[in-house]
Amino acid sequence: MSEAAVKKARPKHLDLAKIRLPLPGYVSILHRISGVGLFLMLWLLLVLFDRSLGSPESFAHYKEIVGNPLVKLILLGLLWAYMHHFCAGIRFLLLDLHKGIDLPTARKTSVAVLAVSLTLTVVIGAKLW
Amino acid sequence: MVNRIVVGAHYGLRDWIAQRVTAVVMALYTVVFALRALSMPEMNFENWHAMFSSGYMRIATFLFFACLFYHAWVGIRDLWMDYVKPVGVRLFLHVVTILLLVGYLFWTAQILWRL
Repeated sequence: MSEAAVKKARPKHLDLAKIRLPLPGYVSILHRISGVGLFLMLWLLLVLFDRSLGSPESFAHYKEIVGNPLVKLILLGLLWAYMHHFCAGIRFLLLDLHKGIDLPTARKTSVAVLAVSLTLTVVIGAKLW
Repeated sequence: MVNRIVVGAHYGLRDWIAQRVTAVVMALYTVVFALRALSMPEMNFENWHAMFSSGYMRIATFLFFACLFYHAWVGIRDLWMDYVKPVGVRLFLHVVTILLLVGYLFWTAQILWRL
């Protein structure tokens, strides 16, 4: 980019409270947030995986932990995080392959990512609980 | 197409590719896992235990976790590089992240090979 283009006066909205992201921007930042959430809660998922496979007694303990309403809520959140990260990830892989990079398509796929991940969360969440 | 000469240690490109390869492996495993979980007659200890003790499923699950931890390393490292500027703090966070993820990998191995 030439220096003149860089110096052109542009409106600056660096205040996080004022920035209005386009839809693909939301998909992107939610991809990061869901990834961080999953990373922070890996210990819980591994504890549950460990308990569920140890012995019939530890499986009962696992059942007890996931029966807790607060744990259920956290797991539902993590389910959404996984679904969003999964769907948005597929979208990003396609973008890497230059599929759907024009703006109207990018908007449509953003809506699809948000809708599909929420739907899957509700369907799987309802099936599990 | 611009012909660029790539210089440096190349770990940026390697991690960029690793991030995508691990993602594809995890996505495939997710589908296999979902299908197997759906075909489970009932969620109880016997069925759940049997699902992960079969030869290929144990290895596939371990590979999934190995990919997950590598993927998480690249993602979380990017996070520290984006938001944490003091070199000392960033180095500390990198070390903590690596130790945590390596520990998780051994934990996963223990869970799966105890079956």
